Amino acid sequence: MKLILANGRIIDPSQDLDAQLDLLIENGKITQIGKNIHQSRNSSRKPGAGEINIIDLRGMVVAPGLIDMHTHLREPGFEYKETIKTGSEAAAAGGFTSVACMANTKPVNDTRSVTEYIKRKAASCNLVNVYPIASISLGLEGTTMTEFRDLQDAGAVAFSDDGKPVADSALMRRSLEYASSLDMPIISHCEDLYLSAGGSMNEGFVSTELGLQGIPNIAEETIIARDIIIADYTKTILHIAHVSTAGAVRLIKDAKDRGIKVTAETAPHYFTLTDEVLREFDTCAKVNPPLRTIDDVKAIKEGLSNGTIDAIASDHAPHASTDKEIEFEYAASGITGLETSLALSLKLVDDGILTLNELILKMSTNPARILNISKGTLKKGADADITVIDLEKNWIVDRNKLCSKGKNTPFHGWNLKGKAILTIVGGEIKYQEKS
Amino acid sequence: MMKLTKKDILGIKDMSVDEINVILDTAESFIEVSTREIKKVPTLRGKTVVNLFFEASTRTRTSFEIAGKRLSADTINISSSTSSVVKGETLIDTARNLEAMNPDAIVIRHSAAGAPHMLARMVKQSIINAGDGAHEHPTQALLDMMTIKEKKGKISGLKVAIVGDIAHSRVARSNIYGLTKMGASVTVAGPAMMMPQNIEQMGVTVHNSLEKAIRDVDIIMMLRIQLERQQQKIFPSLREYSNYFCLNRQNIKIAKDDVLVMHPGPINRGIEIAPDIADGPYSVILDQVTNGVAVRMALLYLLIGGKS
Repeated sequence: MKLILANGRIIDPSQDLDAQLDLLIENGKITQIGKNIHQSRNSSRKPGAGEINIIDLRGMVVAPGLIDMHTHLREPGFEYKETIKTGSEAAAAGGFTSVACMANTKPVNDTRSVTEYIKRKAASCNLVNVYPIASISLGLEGTTMTEFRDLQDAGAVAFSDDGKPVADSALMRRSLEYASSLDMPIISHCEDLYLSAGGSMNEGFVSTELGLQGIPNIAEETIIARDIIIADYTKTILHIAHVSTAGAVRLIKDAKDRGIKVTAETAPHYFTLTDEVLREFDTCAKVNPPLRTIDDVKAIKEGLSNGTIDAIASDHAPHASTDKEIEFEYAASGITGLETSLALSLKLVDDGILTLNELILKMSTNPARILNISKGTLKKGADADITVIDLEKNWIVDRNKLCSKGKNTPFHGWNLKGKAILTIVGGEIKYQEKS
Repeated sequence: MMKLTKKDILGIKDMSVDEINVILDTAESFIEVSTREIKKVPTLRGKTVVNLFFEASTRTRTSFEIAGKRLSADTINISSSTSSVVKGETLIDTARNLEAMNPDAIVIRHSAAGAPHMLARMVKQSIINAGDGAHEHPTQALLDMMTIKEKKGKISGLKVAIVGDIAHSRVARSNIYGLTKMGASVTVAGPAMMMPQNIEQMGVTVHNSLEKAIRDVDIIMMLRIQLERQQQKIFPSLREYSNYFCLNRQNIKIAKDDVLVMHPGPINRGIEIAPDIADGPYSVILDQVTNGVAVRMALLYLLIGGKS
């Protein structure tokens, strides 16, 4: 199967490329990248050369397939919220060719059999690449380390107890040491459970007025500080998940300035919404870490702009209506994010916070680098994982039309600009926007 | 008589001064009904009021029930412990099932902030918030304001101190909104760890000592301390609390000579309020309760009275 993507604006930070070029895809790989391939192919077409599909992408952006390095696909165990299949459909619709999925499934992904199950399920769906993240501790209980090497061998790309922090600092230290020795990242969900106890939203003026127990930003920052200090001491690699506060950005920037091997991600809701949206007790906006204040939003944007935050990851957390349509403090935390992530992130480009090149860096190149997977590039010979983006496409978010089973988006009804119109994985079209 | 245009009474924050005045004036006219030998007017005859209480209550629930009955409404009491909530029925389903029986108003008390707001969005009946978590308790604030107005002739310009676990108090929040709207100057006092973040932004002065807070005030509102409610053991002990935050005959001298002592109830005798202060000449605690019936009659009348 041969495919030529013609006349698109190819932006590939891995090659410092931003030019109008054609891509030739053969047998699932990018075999050529250059000017006017489609014309030279037509003219030099040998008889029996085979079917070539040419798609004219004039006016579109052609990027290395986007990678969402923080998603919850809920399978095995919570299929009522999402399955690997529906999550993959949501990913493809959102323009993602690869996703990494967290371990807080049921059973927890703490042994190779679960990792293998997830990979098998994803392969049978044949939609997007799914990279399992295995847990740091057995059962996410925070006491015993899992078999890192065995899990790596089974296909896990990182370790994380996400959903929960690793409260035992000694376990965190040993995990960083072992994982780093295997060149595997530890993805840390930073939360001091004592400081956050009972909280359902950010601690601040809004929580004071609503009479809701708050989660103070220090609950996140104290553990980020702890993890950075341990990573420094042990000379290991650390990745901070879902950064949400100004103080967190400051800590990570300091650490990077001092040469500590820390990377960080944030999710679109942390640079788009503040805790003010919770005044109506909308459970769709209930998330952990919680939505913060305008000062935190500003700091997150600055952190993205100055490189402190390396990646944008949706923390896609689908929930069923039975988990969300209940009293605010009892509702599950999480936002369904795969299908709105790109458009919300493109707004950063519109607002001058990031260039398009920088955005693709944070949504493709860097996630690939952090997870150590050979994706996120359109170099010759690379897997043909490609995202085609229409920067000008206006659309309205309709929660009922999402591919994800999770309809818990606080962006329902929003007018967004920018959408993936074509998602190609391994040279095959997995999602095509109907015009 | 003016009517309210709102469908629901969810909080004082979104109430205007005019609306508060309409409610207080209407309440005043209902005081007399409770003093008659036959304590009934036919105003809400044929109307149904459901009292849906997910939290324990003596005062508020009885007050709403008596208010409804004195207006000739049919009142139904549901407490969660004896309802299908114990079988796991959700709030949504409880609300929809009640809605299907076509009551005129639903009074709800719930431990989760925002529960009445959820109901109000979901059902067509008028919803009255009888207390949602630590968020608001509008009828309490209204009866408190009515009591102040009755005893002092006005609210504007008065100095009010609210003392206790402000962070967990819906009575404090609703009163802060109401009293500041009506022109009083409000001070809140309590131990530092029970004072919510940024509360000065609500337009109040903050103190960590009872003595500082009640200096020259016209009204002291004591809140019930509930150490058992907070699983996180915020304050060391009841002993420490009552040693330093209990209103008694010594420290009350710091306030004005004609100070009013108020409390939403139930009182913890000897913990936040000395028995002789609770029972003494400054106390208007029982007047609050009497006014509570009138305020609730007024709200029921204004929301569902005279609708065809």
